[in-house]
Amino acid sequence: MQYLPNILFVIALAAGVGFFVFNIKKLIRNIKLGRDEDRTDNKAQRFKNMAKIALGQYKMVVRPVSGIIHVLVYLGFIIINLEVLEIIIDGIFGTHRIFSFLGGFYDFLIAVFEIFALLVLVGVIIFWIRRNILHIKRFLNREMKGWPKLDANLILYFEVVLMLLFLTMNAADLTLQTKGAEHYASAEGIVGAFPVSQFIAPFFENLSIPTLIVIERAAWWIHILGILVFLNYLYYSKHLHILLAFPNTYFARLKPQGQFDNLEAVTNEVKLMMDPEADPYAMPEEGAEDEVPAKFGASEATDLSWAQLLNAYTCTECGRCTSECPANQTGKKLSPRRIMMATRDRIEDIGKNIDANKGTFKEDGKQLLDDYISREELWACTTCNACVEACPVGINPLSIIMDMRQYLVMEQSAAPTDLNNAMTNIENNAAPWPFNQMDRANWISEN
Amino acid sequence: MAEAIKVPTMAEYMAQGKSPEVLFWVGCAGSFDDRAKKITKAFVKLLAKAGVDFAVLGTEESCTGDPAKRAGNEFLFQMQAVTNIEVLNAYDVKKIVTACPHCFNTIANEYPGLGGNYEVLHHTQFLKTLIKEERLTVEGGKFKGKRITFHDPCYLARANRIYEAPRELLEKLEVELVEMKRCKTKGFCCGAGGAQMFKEPEPGTKDVNIARTEEALETKSEVIAAACPFCNTMMTDGVKNKEKEDAVAVMDIAEMIASAEDL
Repeated sequence: MQYLPNILFVIALAAGVGFFVFNIKKLIRNIKLGRDEDRTDNKAQRFKNMAKIALGQYKMVVRPVSGIIHVLVYLGFIIINLEVLEIIIDGIFGTHRIFSFLGGFYDFLIAVFEIFALLVLVGVIIFWIRRNILHIKRFLNREMKGWPKLDANLILYFEVVLMLLFLTMNAADLTLQTKGAEHYASAEGIVGAFPVSQFIAPFFENLSIPTLIVIERAAWWIHILGILVFLNYLYYSKHLHILLAFPNTYFARLKPQGQFDNLEAVTNEVKLMMDPEADPYAMPEEGAEDEVPAKFGASEATDLSWAQLLNAYTCTECGRCTSECPANQTGKKLSPRRIMMATRDRIEDIGKNIDANKGTFKEDGKQLLDDYISREELWACTTCNACVEACPVGINPLSIIMDMRQYLVMEQSAAPTDLNNAMTNIENNAAPWPFNQMDRANWISEN
Repeated sequence: MAEAIKVPTMAEYMAQGKSPEVLFWVGCAGSFDDRAKKITKAFVKLLAKAGVDFAVLGTEESCTGDPAKRAGNEFLFQMQAVTNIEVLNAYDVKKIVTACPHCFNTIANEYPGLGGNYEVLHHTQFLKTLIKEERLTVEGGKFKGKRITFHDPCYLARANRIYEAPRELLEKLEVELVEMKRCKTKGFCCGAGGAQMFKEPEPGTKDVNIARTEEALETKSEVIAAACPFCNTMMTDGVKNKEKEDAVAVMDIAEMIASAEDL
């Protein structure tokens, strides 16, 4: 019986990590539903970007208030996770503060964890105030109603509770050590330094040792179980960015923002058209008859590349893109953040459909275009790249808009009339306006 | 102007068995739009003054395909691109200068993948070089000390990280440069990009060019300096909409330099 807590802990840990791995595999499968795209060139630059943008949070601090608080919460998250390692070892072996043999350095570590816990607590409360009390426009767009708002707040509540539990656990532990309780007290005196929880400890002073042990154990257990629950919450939440920001910045586009990819399928067609030697009646190559003709552009999430789908899963709905989008800021329906959220919702629905139908997708009468993203949104974009520039984790909403426009124009001939006129002009007289090409040099002789 | 400055075509150059130092890619707006033609002419005056050996394609020039591509018509874009590249390569063009950031971006970034490799410069970069090489001198003139703001074209500043060259030119004009709240790589679009120039905007609360013009007017500048014919049109319309056209001018930097030099 004495090993019951250890056994329960190992089971909880295995279940928590196991279910997380299960979902991550699903996530990777969903991302791979996207079309292939090579993003493996220039590895040095890619590592540099990841180090600078994801690890170094370089683009977060462009907006100093949210940026600096985010850096604190991020650092707190990473640093306090070192303590989770000790908690796991203690949990498995039933030890008490296994790393305390580090002596003075251990005191230093615990002190740093505590200070960061406090900073995270303060940061998260400010974040909550920004989201719920201050009327910050980017948190109030139409796509932020319902689940996205609740999701954002749940994450903050999780973090508050985890930090409070961590500090409560330490305060009870400190009191138990001071009172010389068995299993807690050490021959070397007090292990760990508690610059924050020492102010909670006085509230525990008059409690009996058994009560304190209950408090300490309860805080310890709920804290570690909370972490495991939070870990598994990630897949269902925008909070996935804490993991995906790293691969996403690594695989982000490296070309100048103005350079839009040239569609290879089109290049082949154009070459064939321009080639005087090409035989339009040539027999298709062996086996080519069965090939599905290439689709131009994207009408479905699976027409997008895996990198675009990774973008969608990485989006944490901060709305920096939308708050700099000229279309959105002038009241148009388009919101680059919503483009990413809709893409993620669609690929998730496709994934669930595949799971429900034993590994194959069953037609559900829906697609990304129209059912998730409207044409009005797509046509409102000025391709100015402000959204791409604003994203702190290298997401490119513009590329999805462009792929979907390509589908509308090349597969459906469904451009707005004015644009069709401009394109007809380009085709017929080499300018978007109806001027004769032979008049192109008239300006030279005009006064 | 025409009588004073000769604008040779590549065909004429070729007939003489010569090739110019640089090809001036005029672009559709610069060729056909009445407002943009003034920019073209101002730039030509500066090229002539600096003694630059340049030529244009004339009637052999054709839309780069930028609006078609941004509208989603990749097919039309590539047809345009391949046709232009054939012409440019036939003339063995090495260096191109253009006053349009859209043409600049397309030729510099999207043509290489289709076989068109050239050194491409925006006219603000080219003018900067001419001044540096002392082929062109610019002094403050009539803009000296005036409050002027500069509107960054998206396809120059954000898309290609070119925002210093136009500012250096304004510095040469000794203006008092007042930046808008959103500038350089964080500049706010004029509303023309992505082929929006050629269509009506989607329903909203305001037009993008009005929002940007309001921001520009907040700087209390006498001139809104531009570096793109489309931005120029959008900002000019915005200023007219605000009934400020008597107090605030929208000018291309090339026009400002030409006018400062009384060309």
